[in-house]
Amino acid sequence: MSEPWEEEGPGTVKKFMYVNRKAPYGTIYALESLEVVLIAAAFEQDVSMAFLDDGVYQLKKGQDTKGIGQKNFSPTYRALEGYDVEKLYVEAESLAERGLSEDDLLVPVEVMSREALAELMNEQEVILSF
Amino acid sequence: MSMLHTVNKSPFERNTLVSCLGHATAGSAILLIEDGVYGALEGTAHSDLLRGALADHSVYVLGPDLNARGMTDDQVIEGVSVVDYGGFVDLTEKHEKVQAWL
Repeated sequence: MSEPWEEEGPGTVKKFMYVNRKAPYGTIYALESLEVVLIAAAFEQDVSMAFLDDGVYQLKKGQDTKGIGQKNFSPTYRALEGYDVEKLYVEAESLAERGLSEDDLLVPVEVMSREALAELMNEQEVILSF
Repeated sequence: MSMLHTVNKSPFERNTLVSCLGHATAGSAILLIEDGVYGALEGTAHSDLLRGALADHSVYVLGPDLNARGMTDDQVIEGVSVVDYGGFVDLTEKHEKVQAWL
């Protein structure tokens, strides 16, 4: 008899999307999202991250947290590639509202329209929101 | 009686800044801290809101919170003063009361 967690058998890969909508540092959401993304990556899942609304601020270049006594976790976004997390999607409308462009971001991303991102969300099997 | 208002939420996520500006009487000071610093930036969908407040209020933004978020002093709306933690203390001392908009 198989255990519940074995029902889908080994090697099941699902499409996971992590939706990031919060600015860094003001709340713990951005950092917690990174932690959980790395767990899914360790289980060799098909992981993508979407950045929209204030979530786009997580990827802003030049973060320097010396003055606030918190850890600067922004270099972690550049390390995600090493964990096969390569699909980073950023919503164009969210960047524009904030006066930001792709050049302001610290890691290569795919900038897409809200409409295209909505489609991509529809294709996911699991969506986790931060 | 002069009041110092602090705002610590992003204007994109909450209506805290709008509410603060709606209640802050002329002559009171406004200090943007933590995620509130996004409200002090030039070229965003909310820049006009803060620019409008400069006529009746002195507006300050906390530099260490700006820098943590990858922003620099020159991205701040003209007329908004960047202060450090010492400046924060000075502001609280200078004003009779502090109203924190959470």
